[in-house]
Amino acid sequence: MTHPLTIRLDNCAKTWPDGTRALAPLNLSIDAGETLALLGPSGCGKTTLLRMICGLESADEGGRIRFGDDDVTQVAPEARGVGVVFQGYALFPNMNVAGNVGYGLKIRGVDAASRRRRVAEMLELVELEALAERRIDQLSGGQRQRVALARAIAIEPRVLLLDEPLTALDARLRQQLRVDLAKLLKTLGITCVIVTHDQEEAMMLGDRVAVMSAGRLEQLGAPETLYRDPASPFVADFLGTLCRLEGGEVATRHGVAALTFRPHEVELAPPGQGLPARVQARFFLGSHIRFELALADGQRFTALAAPDAIWQPGDTVSALIEQARVA
Amino acid sequence: MRHSRFDTRLGLTATLAVVAFLIGPVLLSVTAGVTRNYFVGLSSGLTLDWIVQVWDLYADTIWRSYAVALATLAITTIIGVPAAWVLTLFPGRLSRLLEELLTLPVAVPGLATALALIVSWGSVGWLRSSVAFIVIGHVLFTLPFMVRAVRAGMQGADLMVLDEAAATLGASRRRRFFDIIVPAASSGIVTGALTVVTLSIGEFNLTWLLHTPLTKTLPVGLADSYASMRLEVASAYTLVFLLMLLPLMVGLQWIAARSTRHGGLGLGAST
Amino acid sequence: MGRRRAWLVIAAPAVVLFLAFWLLPMAKLAGIGAATPQGMDASAYWLVVTQPRYWQSLINTVALSLGATLATLVIALPVSRFLARHPDFPGRRVLMSLLLFPLAFPGVVVGFLVILATGRQGVLNTLSKALSGDPMVLAYGMAGLFIGYLYFLLPRTIGVLMTAVEGIDKHWLEAAQTLGASPWRRFVDIELPALTGALTAAGAMCFATAMGAFGTVFTLGTRIDVLPITIYDEFTNYANLPVAAALSVVLGLATWAVLYVANSLAARTARGN
Repeated sequence: MTHPLTIRLDNCAKTWPDGTRALAPLNLSIDAGETLALLGPSGCGKTTLLRMICGLESADEGGRIRFGDDDVTQVAPEARGVGVVFQGYALFPNMNVAGNVGYGLKIRGVDAASRRRRVAEMLELVELEALAERRIDQLSGGQRQRVALARAIAIEPRVLLLDEPLTALDARLRQQLRVDLAKLLKTLGITCVIVTHDQEEAMMLGDRVAVMSAGRLEQLGAPETLYRDPASPFVADFLGTLCRLEGGEVATRHGVAALTFRPHEVELAPPGQGLPARVQARFFLGSHIRFELALADGQRFTALAAPDAIWQPGDTVSALIEQARVA
Repeated sequence: MRHSRFDTRLGLTATLAVVAFLIGPVLLSVTAGVTRNYFVGLSSGLTLDWIVQVWDLYADTIWRSYAVALATLAITTIIGVPAAWVLTLFPGRLSRLLEELLTLPVAVPGLATALALIVSWGSVGWLRSSVAFIVIGHVLFTLPFMVRAVRAGMQGADLMVLDEAAATLGASRRRRFFDIIVPAASSGIVTGALTVVTLSIGEFNLTWLLHTPLTKTLPVGLADSYASMRLEVASAYTLVFLLMLLPLMVGLQWIAARSTRHGGLGLGAST
Repeated sequence: MGRRRAWLVIAAPAVVLFLAFWLLPMAKLAGIGAATPQGMDASAYWLVVTQPRYWQSLINTVALSLGATLATLVIALPVSRFLARHPDFPGRRVLMSLLLFPLAFPGVVVGFLVILATGRQGVLNTLSKALSGDPMVLAYGMAGLFIGYLYFLLPRTIGVLMTAVEGIDKHWLEAAQTLGASPWRRFVDIELPALTGALTAAGAMCFATAMGAFGTVFTLGTRIDVLPITIYDEFTNYANLPVAAALSVVLGLATWAVLYVANSLAARTARGN
């Protein structure tokens, strides 16, 4: 594998021809060998940012993109040497598995024998050796994902970009492939950008996570930092459920205007100790029980409790909010 | 996605060239139809005399073509809409075979169909000498277009479930057909109807062999004028024909633009 | 299922009409083709394949139709790609309407338009005489017929190919681009294979339409030796019904077979994708 590169974006914005702003001017630096996860809801500009890095979209006037010391702003996608795994994979239906994986090498004029060797190597890496001659429509979703990955890294890209690589798969398979992908990215040691709307995926795969919203970078940092120290309510809410209570009882008990917390930060106890609340619904989820609660003034919040919690709908409990934070 | 500049230039050039190739001759024809003397050119002045002359000579073919088209439309609607519903209800092999068979009169050259009709039914005197003979030919040629358009309309709505729901509510088959199925397929029926009328008004290949001197339709008259009239009259007659087609084509394109984005019209006049 | 079966009866009128006015007449026509024409010593089918003047006409028709089909596909492809890829191009709707309007023109009218453009009093001739002094008249021969075929085949093909181009997943092209493929390689390696089915189907439709075209030739001049004119001549001028029938059946079978094979091929590639 080639030596990993840093990626630097300076003042990169994107405005569509109809005038809508997809991306506000943005500066971003991705370290060599790092995996950066772009996380945000659909339409937040994360895919546009990814497409700008690989050259499929150009940045507005004044934006600059650098790979290491090379300014690639004006370089066409076909000359940037980036490996891309597209959402839905975009495997060529007119070629078999080996044909797909070897296509980039064929374009580069690699001779047939070396190509075969390299394709075999790649398929071994993603554990698909046996399927080299398969047609694309004979593959399962998980197999397609791995073929797409093999095709992207076969060209020894300087940068690897993945657009929602696991979204098309069902939940169980996604868990498995997430682990495999994390391992593979560590092995490759390549600079990688991964776009996802799934916070768990972002936190598992990204060395750092960039949370985006409405064309803006909200916060950039290690997953733990983002979770423990969110810069805005949006970031806090996007990385897991965030509850918010304010006024009245909260002000008297905690001495603050409003309280934000996560459901697992609430402890439920018999009435009389903390905020009095009424259990409205109870969902048994195996490893824990999820309670939907309401204060006397109608404000609602969620709490997670151990699976042996005894409260039932209609019970009055008191909520002890542990790591109470000022909102 | 960015397009290569070469692609765009080639595409634009080819598109404009093809439009010029298709529309240029139409403009020539329109001009010739209203020019006093085409060989002298526009300097000879504009006139509607040729159109008046066409009306004097060929008005009967115009009315007859409309009559044939409406009769064809009535028959293709009455027998085509039920056939389309049956084909939708039974999406199996047999139904594909039936649709394939009904499409044969379009796949096979009109000349062959016309000869077959003549050798089998030409000896029935009253039929041979009436416009009904032409209508039969037109129904054979246009029915597949009606069936296809109506089926496309029926597949959009989940009609089979609606029909079953109406059945559980106690509606008879006749009620269901007219209350549920026909309204749901109405946009398909309108598309089919415009297509049928357009094709019938322009049909020549069958009609040329099926017509008698007393049952000339518009295209037959056109062929006649091309062979025997001066260029201006032939052009004026063509102009009248184009004006008859125009509202039908505008209607078809309007419906096509409203329902789906792509540009294919399921239409092809007899060549 | 039994409840549904009761619906079958309403398709009966269509079936009866088809049997009475198409299938049985066609069978009768095929039977007539087996008869021996007056003054001949073999069935019309035999004559049709053995007599040079018939199979020459067949070869002419096939060659002309094939040429017109290929030319149509080559011209229609860049037009369809342009229109499909530039949905926001100003005036696109007008261009589309202009391209599709000729769909409604019958062959006779197409023939007349060819005469206006390339006939003795045509624009082409006027231009040619003005520029080089030599007359240029194409309308009344094979060249004119070829132009006429292009005229009615182009609108039919452009619509079909546009839909096919719109159906190509643009991510395939982008994936190829990030893998280093130039525009030309993307066209050859990704786009053309994805369009094979549509090109085959459109080509077959063109070929079948051209083979059976009668109105256009009829206007341009009945001396052009193609099959529909031969059939018409045998029927009206020589009253040779058996040969006209045999030629019709051969022509009908040929066009139907081309369409059938191409459509099954296209359906198979569509499923393969």
